[in-house]
Amino acid sequence: MPKERLLAYLLLAPSVLFLLVFFAWPFAEAFIVALQVRGEWSLGNFATMARDINFAPALRNTMLLILVIVPLQVMLALSMAMLLTRIRRQRDLVLYIWTIPLGISDLAAGIVWLALLSEQGYINTVLDALGLIEGPTLWLSYERPVALFVAVVAAELWRATAIVLVILVAGVQLIPREYGEAAEVFGAGAWQRFRRITLPLLKPSLQSALILRTILALEVFAVVVAISGRDLTVLMGEAYFWQNDYRDAGVASAYAVLILGISIACTLFFLRALRVREETEMR
Amino acid sequence: MTIQRWLILAAVLVLCLWVLLPIYLIVVSAFGPRDAVFAWPKSFWPVDFTTETVAFFFGAQGVLSGLLNSILVALMTMVMAIALGAPAGYALARFAFPGKNVYRLLVLMTRAFPIPVLAVPLTVRFIEFGLYDTLLGVALVHTALALPFAVLITSSLFLGIPRELEEAAWTLGCTRLQAFRRVVMPLAMPGLAATAIFAFIVSWNEVFAATILSLENRTLTAFLISVLGESPLYFKFAGGFFLIVPALVFIFAIRKYLFSLWGIASR
Repeated sequence: MPKERLLAYLLLAPSVLFLLVFFAWPFAEAFIVALQVRGEWSLGNFATMARDINFAPALRNTMLLILVIVPLQVMLALSMAMLLTRIRRQRDLVLYIWTIPLGISDLAAGIVWLALLSEQGYINTVLDALGLIEGPTLWLSYERPVALFVAVVAAELWRATAIVLVILVAGVQLIPREYGEAAEVFGAGAWQRFRRITLPLLKPSLQSALILRTILALEVFAVVVAISGRDLTVLMGEAYFWQNDYRDAGVASAYAVLILGISIACTLFFLRALRVREETEMR
Repeated sequence: MTIQRWLILAAVLVLCLWVLLPIYLIVVSAFGPRDAVFAWPKSFWPVDFTTETVAFFFGAQGVLSGLLNSILVALMTMVMAIALGAPAGYALARFAFPGKNVYRLLVLMTRAFPIPVLAVPLTVRFIEFGLYDTLLGVALVHTALALPFAVLITSSLFLGIPRELEEAAWTLGCTRLQAFRRVVMPLAMPGLAATAIFAFIVSWNEVFAATILSLENRTLTAFLISVLGESPLYFKFAGGFFLIVPALVFIFAIRKYLFSLWGIASR
């Protein structure tokens, strides 16, 4: 029916227009801004970016953060999802509590962990009571890069594990109970059932969780600024400082393009890596 | 078996504390006296409850206007995301048409776009169009972030409302619009409200675009991050508390939808 089709297109049109103006256009323009210096085509912005003293540490820190945070989050969320299947009462309440961080911004999470880790903070109080430190200790300073790194990891684990949990719990719910019950009849233990049934069937959910979390971890920024100022540099933070403090949209765009490139590369990697294994298991 | 059950219970409780304890402690910090920040050793119980820190926070230049700006931007984002997204979601749920899968794919792809790719070039254009440093400009970018989710969420929402109800209304003499307003809307309302709240939270929590697209008219997040370097600790803690509060209230309000909302949004 052409009339119906017309209506469908009319309903879609506003959102398509909006997405073209606010996604497609800035996307194209990001490359143009990044590749031009004073109106002329050049790789100057990328050269400035690469020569900057903060570039190499920012790239290294961002990649290290992803390598540490994402696997930890997936393991933690997987354990939480498995625990949920074992709870009989108050399951909804537990799930609600565990998903509260979904609504907490990265800036707020950074500030919360700053409060916990400050010199006279709560964590130091506990460490002192346990006899591990003596008196107030300053952790969050540029002299202790490892402590800064661990603090950011803790804040990100606290804030952003919930989103992985949601994806995995949705995936677990799709697995028919009968599979596990059948395996149990044949004498499979809890670990075997998890390893041989749950994990392979969760692969699509794990894939989307990994992709989404890696993309979001690449954009880690406000947590880092709240905890370390600029003592721990990350790519997104550099994009922010170049735009907001130095007013240099060219170099900021170069960072943006780099972040985009890495996110696309990571997405393709996970799509490939997890698909290949799926095929081998089918055989 | 009972030992195993105890272990599971213990693990569940520890993980609940892991989420709740930091929130509790920021509340204690925000409602303690200012110098309690430097007290040693720290008390885990609220010592003297006082609104002194909070009052100082709100008295600081830029906080109240930031709060107001945040609310306005989030409201604009909410309205625009629903107004643009819900019709598209309805079309995806009800009609078959060429290009449907392409559209879906494009909407899903927007997720791979890091915020700087949108926001940095837009600062350049916004200056030309007079949108730089306006609340509308920030709200437009936040709408771009929230719209893909609004489309996908409303589409699954409308899919869940039986087409037969609508068709019955048509046979009883309703026009398409009337049927939508009288039959579909009331059923979709709670879900639409939850979607709107989702858009509100997306905007309320966003820092990067809000900061680089503004100079004077800052939202609360943009204001906080730009003064973070030179503010005292108790000021930061009060700020953290007020960033979290609306999130907690809203999350509680939509707890029934929490799971499906973020489930769809992260597919």
